[in-house]
Amino acid sequence: MKVLIRHQKREVEVAGRRRVRDVLIELGINPETVLVIRGAQLLTHDAQVGENETIELRPVVSGGDA
Amino acid sequence: MRCQRCKGQASVEVRRHHTAFCNEHFIEFIDRQVERAIEGGKMFTRDDRVLVVVSGGKDSLALWDVLHRLGYRTSGLYINLGIGEYSQESQRKAEGYAAERGMDLLIADIPHDYGMGVDAFARATGRVSCSACGLSKRYLFNKVALDEGFPVVATGHNLDDEAAVLLGNLLHWQTAYLARQAPVLPSTHPALVKKVKPFYRIAERETAAYAIIRGIDYIIEECPNSVGAKSLLYKEALNLLEQAAPGTKQSLYWGFLERGRPLVQTQDDPDLRACVHCGQPTTAEVCAFCRMTERAAARMQVRRHSAHAASSDAPPETPSRERPVPAHPVIPAG
Repeated sequence: MKVLIRHQKREVEVAGRRRVRDVLIELGINPETVLVIRGAQLLTHDAQVGENETIELRPVVSGGDA
Repeated sequence: MRCQRCKGQASVEVRRHHTAFCNEHFIEFIDRQVERAIEGGKMFTRDDRVLVVVSGGKDSLALWDVLHRLGYRTSGLYINLGIGEYSQESQRKAEGYAAERGMDLLIADIPHDYGMGVDAFARATGRVSCSACGLSKRYLFNKVALDEGFPVVATGHNLDDEAAVLLGNLLHWQTAYLARQAPVLPSTHPALVKKVKPFYRIAERETAAYAIIRGIDYIIEECPNSVGAKSLLYKEALNLLEQAAPGTKQSLYWGFLERGRPLVQTQDDPDLRACVHCGQPTTAEVCAFCRMTERAAARMQVRRHSAHAASSDAPPETPSRERPVPAHPVIPAG
């Protein structure tokens, strides 16, 4: 599958059909810090993503004073 | 994973509540949390005009969206901080959101009104950028609210923001800051507008999920000045804890409000008076914002004099801004 990592401005390939949680673990990304989107739909961590699908990891953390 | 309400396919997990929701019921969850915050904190009523400070990012646009849908009387305020292309893009997002929905947006433009952006303020005063930026925003949203007759200002600070600030204040035992950290800061002076944070019960991951589900086009890129900010380090630490023990951030912040803050709170409100230059409330003779902008303007003038002495006989350019505060920094959007 293709994984678009928005905050790192890069795309990676992950082999096989996988659960979202396992993809994040493999990429070393804390699930608390991203949302996972397929098409326009948000995915929970137990969702399966197929070999030929694309998902986006959208960062949720913003910083600075306010 | 199934939605707790309808048993349909879930789209968002809320691990700290051991639950998950589909899109429709997640929006209901957010609405309930916001209503509980507003009513529990007596933040404002449906009769009050609320000025929502929007940055073009997910939290503030999501907050404006929730309040508008729930029937509150809101106007947005975008403050252009003069942070290059980032400010231009975030302003486009705020204007786009308001225009698509026919909502009222005010704009305050710091480079236009003060002749320079917050980075120049920071350089002139030795502050870090986030500090100069925060001071400018707090000053301007209070001033705009007063000038435009809003009794309350709402910001999009979420649970993660508040937990990160709390962690920073605890690490350095900033007791004065701890005493002032709350989702509702009442007006303690006629010129100081009440400030509220209706998203303090909602995690950052949830405000982002809300924005995506509602189709809000927000700026995803981070402010370039936030690279290396301490708040991001504290959030990273808290997210590590949250991952291992869901509910840590909520327990830290809500526990502080219930049990920690009363221990550090004092009954003495600071002795506020009008700034002799701009009239805004301050504990000093001249407020921190005027001191900062005046120092920055003076530094710019010195540099122009130096450049002039080195290059020509022409008189130096007059600074674009001579008074500390413009009469009307707000212009309607669009």
